[in-house]
Amino acid sequence: MSTKKEEDFDTRLSGDENANAQGGESKTKWYKRLRKGITTSTADKKETPEGLWSKCPECNYICTTTELRENLYVCPKCNYHHRIGSDDYFDILFDNGEYTALYDEITSKDFLGFTDLKPYQKRLDEIHSKTDLKDSMRVAAGTANGKALVVACMDFEFIGGSLGSVMGEKFSRAVDYCLEHRLPYLVISKSGGARMMESAFSLMQLAKTSGKLALLSDAGLPYISLLTDPTFGGISASFGMLGDLNIAEPGALIGFAGPRVIKETIKKDLPPGFQRSEFLLEHGFLDFIADRKSLKDKLSQLIELLQH
Amino acid sequence: MPQYPNRQFLDFEQPIRELYEQIEENKRLAEKNSKVDYKSIIQQLEDAIIEKRKEITERLTPWQRVQLSRHPDRPYTLKYIDKMSTNFVELHGDRNVKDDKAMVGGFASLDGQTVMFIGQQKGINTKARQMRNFGMANPEGYRKALRLMKLAEKFGKPVVTLIDTPGAYPGLEAEERGQGEAIAKNIYEMVRLKVPIICCIIGEGASGGALGIGVGDKILMMENTWYTVISPESCSSILWRSWDKKEVAAEQLRLTAKDMKGFGLIDEIVPEPIGGAHWDYSEAASILKSHILRSLEELKQIPAEQRMNYRIDKFSKMGFWNEEPEAVGQTEKA
Repeated sequence: MSTKKEEDFDTRLSGDENANAQGGESKTKWYKRLRKGITTSTADKKETPEGLWSKCPECNYICTTTELRENLYVCPKCNYHHRIGSDDYFDILFDNGEYTALYDEITSKDFLGFTDLKPYQKRLDEIHSKTDLKDSMRVAAGTANGKALVVACMDFEFIGGSLGSVMGEKFSRAVDYCLEHRLPYLVISKSGGARMMESAFSLMQLAKTSGKLALLSDAGLPYISLLTDPTFGGISASFGMLGDLNIAEPGALIGFAGPRVIKETIKKDLPPGFQRSEFLLEHGFLDFIADRKSLKDKLSQLIELLQH
Repeated sequence: MPQYPNRQFLDFEQPIRELYEQIEENKRLAEKNSKVDYKSIIQQLEDAIIEKRKEITERLTPWQRVQLSRHPDRPYTLKYIDKMSTNFVELHGDRNVKDDKAMVGGFASLDGQTVMFIGQQKGINTKARQMRNFGMANPEGYRKALRLMKLAEKFGKPVVTLIDTPGAYPGLEAEERGQGEAIAKNIYEMVRLKVPIICCIIGEGASGGALGIGVGDKILMMENTWYTVISPESCSSILWRSWDKKEVAAEQLRLTAKDMKGFGLIDEIVPEPIGGAHWDYSEAASILKSHILRSLEELKQIPAEQRMNYRIDKFSKMGFWNEEPEAVGQTEKA
């Protein structure tokens, strides 16, 4: 894997979509904005037409978005796995794309009155008005090749897929659901780490989720952790690495500390491929790497093996 | 503990230094002039120091509290173990890679009962600080801690962890050897350890690095410590995109012992000597010891199975969220 795509994903935890573009640098403006923000009203907004071209960030291969979607958002040329959300994963994994959504009614609350550059509540309201996502994790029950399972999947789009009280609670209730119905549990991680706006409460979710996994383990139900690009911080320091099976998509960045922090600490460049799935496999932290296209078959095969 | 003039003073402790200087000055004068009685003046100044120590710690900002938790004269884990217990036998190594000097542990006798002490250790001088990696453990440190906990479990001895870390070490080798996995495993195993676990934040409680030895039946925090998901500096750099907002971040994070107790995320606040633990190691240790002994007594009454269930229950209640379609009055949970 090339290292040219260097992303400072922990700034995504700030909940600002443009965080990367701006970086941490001071933004000295060489032009003056006359009117603030996008002035086009939603009604006048022109939808981008279907069949738009998409360029692979890894190999620059250009294909249509339709082609990319049919290929499960995997570059047909270099196998680069694009980041996708829970909707797409549920579509890929569940038979006929059918599933029962669980615990959708749980949403984040600004209990601490946390304000950084923006109040936390305002951040939440803004995301809610922009997307259909309620929080950074969705839970669903369904079947994959006829095998019943519960899937909890993160959405990176929602404050960097950050782990807060809501994710902790949904995760826990999903475990309860698995215990009640005796189902295997798959968690798809894609997150920059803990949600700072919930301070120590988000830290305690590491203990909360791990406690729940202990119950799942005692019941002899399988827990599979699928790590996708990126998975960091609190996730890898708790349930992300606690799978009976830990698997990952190819080329995903996975680690405890982010590459930027490590680089600043050791004051050296990081070796190519550092913290990628292949690196983790090599160091013994993954059971295997699964291509998105073979994911469903592998999963159902594993569940079959564990159940018979 | 260091005595004046070897004491170090934080910026908000400067008035205390001035009082010490006055005492020195009076002592010098007393030597020169034996006719005048300087004793009462010196006594007054010493009383003023105690008063000042009290006054300063009464109105600390969250950031100052963070500074106090990092006070260079503050006692560290081994000091507490030494002051609280007898017969301490330090045990080394994770049996896999190496011995992590940032994490220490071993059996000791606490008023006649054997306990397993585990904690991060910071250095007391430049050389030691480097050796201890500033209290930032590598994966082998967490695995050593787990090995010791399992050892304690095997022999039915309670575990006491003393937490003082600016975080788990963010290094290249740490990642190679699975820092995330090591912490995750500890959290998971601590949830179901069969013996009582008491955790106490004695200095800095930064994020996963702290929680990696921080899951237990009783969580204590000393008065001048902090515990949250990220250090105020890193939080400032990520959320405010600048290193200058650490004071604001410290306020927003609500990271003091008082806040944490208020949220129900910790069980007890352990008071410190007037002005902070760095003013009297023995007193600090003896207060901590009494809290630990009391907790141990309480926990020993509970059967192991029940204790583990309580532990899981306690953590599973932590968090706050809205829940929409439920009946009114049931919509909020904190």
